[in-house]
Amino acid sequence: MDDFVIRALLAGGGIALLAGPLGSFVVWRRMAYFGDTLAHSALLGVTLGFLLGVNPMVGVMAVCVALALALVALQRRRNLAADTLLGILSHGSLSLGLVALAFLETLRVDLMAYLFGDILSVTDGDLMAIYGGGAVALTGLALLWRRLLAVTVDEDLARVEGMPVDALRLAFMLLIALVIAIAMKIVGILLITSLLIIPAAAARRFARTPEGMAALASILGVLAVVAGLLASLNWDLPGGPSVVVAAAALFLLGSLVPLRR
Amino acid sequence: MSIPHPNRDTSALFAGPLAWTEDLTVRFGRRTVLDRVNVAVQPGEVVTLIGPNGAGKTTLVRAVLGLVAPDGGRVLRRPNLRIGYMPQKLSVDQTLPLTVRRFLALWRPVAADRVEAALEEAGVARLADSAVQTISGGEMQRVLLARALLGDPDLLVLDEPDQAVDVHGQAELFNRIAQVRQRRGCGVLLVSHDLHTVMARTDRVICLNGHVCCSGRPEDVSRHPEYHALFGGHAGDLAVYVHHHDHAHAEDGKVVPDHDGGCCHG
Repeated sequence: MDDFVIRALLAGGGIALLAGPLGSFVVWRRMAYFGDTLAHSALLGVTLGFLLGVNPMVGVMAVCVALALALVALQRRRNLAADTLLGILSHGSLSLGLVALAFLETLRVDLMAYLFGDILSVTDGDLMAIYGGGAVALTGLALLWRRLLAVTVDEDLARVEGMPVDALRLAFMLLIALVIAIAMKIVGILLITSLLIIPAAAARRFARTPEGMAALASILGVLAVVAGLLASLNWDLPGGPSVVVAAAALFLLGSLVPLRR
Repeated sequence: MSIPHPNRDTSALFAGPLAWTEDLTVRFGRRTVLDRVNVAVQPGEVVTLIGPNGAGKTTLVRAVLGLVAPDGGRVLRRPNLRIGYMPQKLSVDQTLPLTVRRFLALWRPVAADRVEAALEEAGVARLADSAVQTISGGEMQRVLLARALLGDPDLLVLDEPDQAVDVHGQAELFNRIAQVRQRRGCGVLLVSHDLHTVMARTDRVICLNGHVCCSGRPEDVSRHPEYHALFGGHAGDLAVYVHHHDHAHAEDGKVVPDHDGGCCHG
């Protein structure tokens, strides 16, 4: 097998392992659209990174966090529904990213790679970012697991029990931002959320515990990455979208399996 | 089967109420929901809040819990007071696979046998392995009681469900809570929409309508004209009771002072 294929499998597999538990939380907390909004803002982060001469991942993290905080502030005003606000921020920030990119005439950026991913061009540096960042994100999630579950079940109860609810919510947003920053290269900003939610949604029917659902989501995600990449190599298909199609196919297959209950 | 109470004796060192408010005022926008409310819950006492819809009962409870910030006055608690909160209802998203047993273990690190004991005390041991989404409203109330007991509370705060639980189930729940109070000696602050179900199990009733209208033993409050003014025909049997008012209610519920005064409530 060629080196670039192995790197692609390692990168995609790493992202899928990470996306299992985090994506489960996105599903439980009904934050799919929120994840999408953060992901769409990532292009603006990339552009800012180039402008300021810092690593694009740092730019992505910074913009995601700024957007998450802006959203919290806007939601306090309560005169617009959350999905409307998300729609404004999502499309506004994506378009702002595209416009800002167009201003940088001297910069040649492969826009398609950012929008839809370029998994076959993964470098050793990318792999280090994925596994390093992934280890940080998973450790953080493991430490907060019980309390994040409590906040997901009922924020008021968690507050009365003395849990720092706002800090936990912010920490979760940071974890999502980190995943977006490191997964952008693999599936692209338009498809990142699908890698978070599709394996988790597929795992739901077969899980009896939160941890079971998270683990199964990771396994299904890795399966989708392997199947999608093989299909992509065999038939010369775009890598990121092939992975997402494979995940969606797994979801459909899973929903056809009869359950004995 | 009861649960051991670590450090139970420390709370006995403090005299006075478990939790109390001093001129608590809460506004939502321009509307004053609570106007200089003073209430207190003593150790071992069952206090029931009653009042019409929009009287601020739930807001008062949420302020005592620290979920609503006062716009005026204060909410005070005994140091290190442990509060067991039972919300009106709780619905867990269908996407989250969660058994009752696991639900109970989310709020603090807790040993498995304590979870069993709490389920037993709340009378729902048979539900331990059920998914939280599949149990009925009444069963959920018991599970929430078990959850509150796991925190070994000094004060149980309970917002009574409106319709989720039938009258019979409601009465049973209150019997349970009365037993818990007896056994553990904790105070209970309770919001009720129907005084009749809680009358016999309450030490003190506080009738709320933005401010404290009247308060006292249940049999006294039920004879109170203010109580009848608020609950109309639903107030039950009328009794002859001579009483002076220091205020009357305008149509919007605002207090209109009377000048003859003389009533001791408020």
